[in-house]
Amino acid sequence: MTLDTTTAKGAANRAAPVAASGDGAKRRPPPLLRSASAGRVSGLTLGVVVLWLSLIVLLPLAALTVTSFSDGWSGFWAAVTAPVALAALWTTILVSAVVAVLNVVVGTLIAWVLVRDEFWGKRFVDALIDLPFALPTIVASIVLLSLYGPNSPIGVELNATRWGLIVALAFVTLPFVVRSVQPVLIEVDRDVEQAAASLGASNWTIFRRVVLPTLAPAIISGGGLAFARAIGEYGSVVLIGGNIPRETQVASQYIQQQIEIDRPVNAAAVSVALLAISFATLLILRFFASRGQEREEKAT
Amino acid sequence: MKLSTPSRIALRTIALLYLTVLLAVPIVTILWRTFEPGLATFWASIRTPAAISAFNLSLLIVAITVPINVVFGVVTALALVRGRFPGRRLLSGIVDLPFAVSPIVVGVSLIMLWGVHGWFGGLANLGIQVIFGLPGMVIATIFVTLPFVVREVEPVLHEIGTEQEQAAATLGASRWQTFARITLPAIRWGLTYGIVLTVARALGEFGAVIMVSAGFPGVSQTLTLLVHSRYMDDHNVHGAYSAATLLMFLAIVTLLLMTVLDRKRPAAQSAALPATIAPAPTPDPAEDTPRSAA
Repeated sequence: MTLDTTTAKGAANRAAPVAASGDGAKRRPPPLLRSASAGRVSGLTLGVVVLWLSLIVLLPLAALTVTSFSDGWSGFWAAVTAPVALAALWTTILVSAVVAVLNVVVGTLIAWVLVRDEFWGKRFVDALIDLPFALPTIVASIVLLSLYGPNSPIGVELNATRWGLIVALAFVTLPFVVRSVQPVLIEVDRDVEQAAASLGASNWTIFRRVVLPTLAPAIISGGGLAFARAIGEYGSVVLIGGNIPRETQVASQYIQQQIEIDRPVNAAAVSVALLAISFATLLILRFFASRGQEREEKAT
Repeated sequence: MKLSTPSRIALRTIALLYLTVLLAVPIVTILWRTFEPGLATFWASIRTPAAISAFNLSLLIVAITVPINVVFGVVTALALVRGRFPGRRLLSGIVDLPFAVSPIVVGVSLIMLWGVHGWFGGLANLGIQVIFGLPGMVIATIFVTLPFVVREVEPVLHEIGTEQEQAAATLGASRWQTFARITLPAIRWGLTYGIVLTVARALGEFGAVIMVSAGFPGVSQTLTLLVHSRYMDDHNVHGAYSAATLLMFLAIVTLLLMTVLDRKRPAAQSAALPATIAPAPTPDPAEDTPRSAA
């Protein structure tokens, strides 16, 4: 909920020039039609929607937050800063950051190859990119274990190591950067690149000064989404990670373990910490996106 | 910017190598390991009583989740698009929340609300067991799939506007007639797409469901839980590979369906494809339009 409200003002300001591009809700219907009853939302409908969203989404999260503070602020703090919990949170953030950076570099490269290069089988490769989103996470885990697990046919055993975590998270987050950079790269105005080249700029300079600034918002947003996804991931790391406390145990595994040994307050507190991290990531992304948009509007 | 042929080929090689090591080889390996002992062995391992019951339970959860999500999803989308009320953006943000919440956190939250010691723990006295029962698994699945129908129907509703509905109302159609004859046909492809996404996620959900399931083989195991328990508890590696391969086939069928359906939807929506499958917040379409148009 916080995701939207903070940018609400910026969005409202932006809405004025945007209205033409299809934002129907903000466009007032002509006065004649406004009196007609069709297409209006009754109070009953609104009540049903609010009740539904509260029951399914808000109440569980409220119950979680209240439980995490049931021993007061100090209880919450003690649960989050318990050595094993802290180690799990640290492993999660570290591994997710590595995966986000990996995605930023390789994802941009893959998007580039898919847009600017031509080779046999390109469409198949392009379709393959979506596979990690379509596969259930537990299947991703098993798929990677069949190659990188015990009795690996190529002799690379990554299970129960941090490398195993990185491979699993890189697998499930692969599409984020590729799919956010690809459309921008297709739309890029290549005249600017040609102009730079004709003025004697090297390829590296053109990439750094012309292409990269255009792609940066898409790269940052893709990388941020990959990070947010990796932070909360469970299914894909549960089998390959090994769940070794202080080494490969990630926060979601720690939470699951605390529920199993009947420590609900610990589980709730670390859950709230995890939620706070992913909300913070998404808020920062929103901030970047709205700032980039404002700059774009000033330029036009 | 024109790359020389060697550097272009070098980039291409790096990209393809990465995809091969990360995606292609593992998938080929699991297929090989699944079918190496023969098709009959594969068939036998997905026809065990526990596997059949898991398959049925997964289908049952999908069969309950989809209609609920369709009804409440369409109503929510209508309210968000047509409604002019304070807090509309807040409501829209709440719809996106499930994308931002880790599946494990979903499970823990549901335990805190519906569990025996939770806020609604009193239900257990009435003989209604939510957590460690089918209702819990269904509620968990509804939580994680809630945004799909809303987010796919919303942009279509924006696009069609209300002119036709108002015309129908002027001509004397009842609210229900207007909805069935005008609104529903207009949103059908967006709705279908949302349903496909919901089915895929419902079949594949693992983290949220394992937290609220008792996990007894043959009773409360879904297909994803079967994969996990075969690998972890039974050390039946081939059985886990077989069940995972079955799920993979279902996922690929979904992917193909989505590609076909994607062509039927308005072009502006296609770009949102990856964002909507992922459990990450989809930007509000109202905000997304200017960015993709720029």
